[in-house]
Amino acid sequence: MEEKVVEIKGLKKSFGDLKVLQGVDLDLHKGENLVVLGKSGSGKSVLIKIMVGLLRQDAGMMKVLGQEVSTLNTKALNALRLKIGFSFQNSALYDSMTVRENMEFPLVRNVKNLTRGEITKKIEGLLDSVGLPQSINQMPSELSGGQKKRIGVARTLILNPEIMLYDEPTAGLDPITCSEINNLILEVKERFNTSSIVITHDLTCAKDTGDRMAVLLDGQFKAMGTFEEVFTHADDQRVKSFYDYNFIHS
Amino acid sequence: MSEKEDDRKPFLSKKFDKFFTGLANAWSFVRRFFSEVFIPPYEFKEIIHQCYRIGVESLPLISLTGFIVGLVFTNQSRPSLSEFGAASWLPSLISIAVVRAMGPLVTALIAAGKVGSSIGAEIGSMKVTEQIDAMEVSATNPFNFLVVSRVLATTLMIPLLVMYTDFVALMGSFLSVNANEMVSMSTFFVQVFESITFLDIFSSVMKSILFGFTIGIVGCYKGYNSSKGTEGVGQAANSAVVISMFLIFIEELLSLQIVNAIRGM
Repeated sequence: MEEKVVEIKGLKKSFGDLKVLQGVDLDLHKGENLVVLGKSGSGKSVLIKIMVGLLRQDAGMMKVLGQEVSTLNTKALNALRLKIGFSFQNSALYDSMTVRENMEFPLVRNVKNLTRGEITKKIEGLLDSVGLPQSINQMPSELSGGQKKRIGVARTLILNPEIMLYDEPTAGLDPITCSEINNLILEVKERFNTSSIVITHDLTCAKDTGDRMAVLLDGQFKAMGTFEEVFTHADDQRVKSFYDYNFIHS
Repeated sequence: MSEKEDDRKPFLSKKFDKFFTGLANAWSFVRRFFSEVFIPPYEFKEIIHQCYRIGVESLPLISLTGFIVGLVFTNQSRPSLSEFGAASWLPSLISIAVVRAMGPLVTALIAAGKVGSSIGAEIGSMKVTEQIDAMEVSATNPFNFLVVSRVLATTLMIPLLVMYTDFVALMGSFLSVNANEMVSMSTFFVQVFESITFLDIFSSVMKSILFGFTIGIVGCYKGYNSSKGTEGVGQAANSAVVISMFLIFIEELLSLQIVNAIRGM
């Protein structure tokens, strides 16, 4: 059996009266692209935020690369975070910095003794791999939504993560850009040898990028497997309607 | 850890609970600043950048305001002093007023409006667009980069701006005195420096440091804890100004009591 890089068992999370995650079990294997599907507000983003220690679970286990995230101290958590790349829904590029400065920011603070030339080479290489070498001196406000997503991904890749977390990578993008982003997710997996969790409610993105799907409904995974397994043999009516809505209504 | 504050029955009333919870949170924010300010890595580049933004970019506004304050205060004071034949005391009166109170207060209030709101809005917008989370997940301490650098910059730059305002206000005053009383610059400044004491300058610098710290920490606190999207950013900027100004007046009052007590010893 393939090595598990993420192991989640009985994970629970509430915000006041709102129970978001109610006993979630999930494994991510090395080299796998796992897509987590679910309606808006179903707790998909909460799940990956717990994974990087931005939120803490109320109960249950969240092991990333063999370490229980909730028990780590700041130093150990930061060391773990270096191995996880997090691509935010709205890219979260630093407004006041150029693309170069955005990419330098995590690099110079976490990798010591790099020369100016090495930093530039690394940044240019990554910008090249996301297809935006010309954007190096641009400000985030000068970039389109798709370009921001690409730069956001490039910024996370600069620390050579083992796991990539994509939060709604295609949200708010046109179909052509969506397809480009989907290809980028696949390229990242191949070139950088990462394992990924893609959070989305876009079934096209799920179908194109995922080796395995997990459908989150009412705080629990209601279906898990390949795209065909989940949607062709769906027992749960809501899982079925999720498919119908994406591919028939839209 | 669950966010279940809303489940609990309020101890006094929701408003009181919110007020005291806010105070406790603000206190722990201040404590966090002091615990992180001496811990490396030091963001020197960011501190210098913020010093430039806060100090140099405030100069035009501070210059204009300081000059007008000195000029107007001199013109307004002249008739009253002239009634007692004491117009020659104008340089002394103005220097004491400017150095002891008006310079620090005017500079701090302007900085609270310009710098405090800008810090609140900038950090608030970074918070709601997940830029702070992005720093955190890239194993960088956003508190150190954003808060420590800005608070240090305001704490360092406001005293310098106050000294500059004092000088510009005295120049404004000199123009008026020179035009009306035909007093030379050297005579004016000899009178100025004869009137002010070491305690005046020392207390002015000390309270300017306190004002600078207040402006920085309040702006950062409101921005760092903003929520509710763009509406929250506006609220953060607005409350950063209001709370800073309120605290500056309280600090001015307290420092006056302390300095008067020292002077009376």
